[in-house]
Amino acid sequence: MPPEQLKYAKTHEWVAFADGVATIGISAFAVEALTDLVFIELPEVGRTVALDESFCEIESVKAVSDIYAPVAGEIVAVNDALPDALETLGDDPYEAGWIVKIKVADEAPLAELMDHPAYEKMCAEEAH
Amino acid sequence: MVDFSGWSMPVQYGSIVAEHQATRSAVGLFDVSHMSRMLLSGPDAGPLLESLLTRRVGDLSPGQVRYALFCNEAGGALDDVLAYRVEVPSSDLLGYGLVVNAGNHAKIAAHLAQHAAGRDVAIDDVTERYAMIAVQGPKAIELLDPVTECELTSFRYYTGRVANFRHGGVGPVECYLSRTGYTGEDGCELICPADQAVAVWEALVELAETVGGGPVGLAARDTLRLEAGMPLYGHELTESINPVQAGLSFAVNLKGREFVGRDALAAAGKDHHQPVRIGLQLDGRRPAREGCLVLQGDQEVGTVTSGTFSPTFDRPLAMAYVKPSAAATGEHLAVDIRGKEVGATVAPLPFYERGK
Repeated sequence: MPPEQLKYAKTHEWVAFADGVATIGISAFAVEALTDLVFIELPEVGRTVALDESFCEIESVKAVSDIYAPVAGEIVAVNDALPDALETLGDDPYEAGWIVKIKVADEAPLAELMDHPAYEKMCAEEAH
Repeated sequence: MVDFSGWSMPVQYGSIVAEHQATRSAVGLFDVSHMSRMLLSGPDAGPLLESLLTRRVGDLSPGQVRYALFCNEAGGALDDVLAYRVEVPSSDLLGYGLVVNAGNHAKIAAHLAQHAAGRDVAIDDVTERYAMIAVQGPKAIELLDPVTECELTSFRYYTGRVANFRHGGVGPVECYLSRTGYTGEDGCELICPADQAVAVWEALVELAETVGGGPVGLAARDTLRLEAGMPLYGHELTESINPVQAGLSFAVNLKGREFVGRDALAAAGKDHHQPVRIGLQLDGRRPAREGCLVLQGDQEVGTVTSGTFSPTFDRPLAMAYVKPSAAATGEHLAVDIRGKEVGATVAPLPFYERGK
């Protein structure tokens, strides 16, 4: 999905929501800021995550970063291709670089996410 | 940019891996002006340093440089430093230059001042008067030789001298050039007046880019020194770690000498129970980080002090302090990374040695 049509969390996850399932990845801004990614620890399919829970860890040369659940629910799919092709996160963050799909338990938090212009504004401020 | 001991410094200019590899294959430029620089002169400068440093410096000839440590009475490291024997401008006597870690600046200044009482020695803190640029990599010498007018190729490692930097419209800028560094590569560190530093830096960047090099930030400085097995103060060295257990016995000379911490270091040399510094090669691709526990079977045997993903070896490497019974090369250990055990093998340090 084009980045303009996605929703964003303050912690730089993007969300595409359709038919009760949220597809989640991390934004191009986040990948750029992390740089030199070397490892991702994907969660197990079937795991239930709470809102804002860390469900995935990503390591760069520099540091480890958590990826937080922008919605609560059950993980129904993970992108198994990522661990051996981390460059996908930078090359195609909004399509092939998706990380997990979560069957959303409660749709209310989706309304709290930022739209693209609001997210762009936040990134511009962070970049200073 | 991050705050580093009060200095605003770049973590990276671009990709850490690219900066690392440029240093290993061509040349990297490091703004290390944050390192503290002190000049000691007067007849007691040598005796003062001899009474505090773990190695002799009084025997250095002008132009020689030596790595040594300041320790406390218990043998713990106050700092690791480079001591330079130098000709001091406006003085007939030889003096000493010291390059000290930025984080230990105030501590070492106070330590020197305390022990200088009653001695005929002047301690001049010239940190802010000069900048310092490290030029490191296999192409460093050929890059600097034509622009420094000092027959750089004849410099031996750990020697230095005054040189004139001149390139394009810049210079001549009088600087002190030493064949030293913190990357495991050949190269130089250049100390020049602070008000000329930007011009020298920009000229060096232009030169470096002609051979595929460029500026390198703090993050790659860390991955480079880790591969080279060099300790970083605050990680592999602290006031409760002595240089013997850090594997720095080469930098401790006890023979016929008295200095602060000497007796404790003599005892440390005979202590076969204290934790020792080791290198670890981790299985998989996930780096261990500072603070991760090291396990031997189900026993906790130590702690990681630095860990990263090595761009040269394309795998995670770490340094740790472990019990001597877990420290033998080839020993299979494990590291607890955020609750998950990852296999790790003890490897000799340094991990990386440049081809001679």
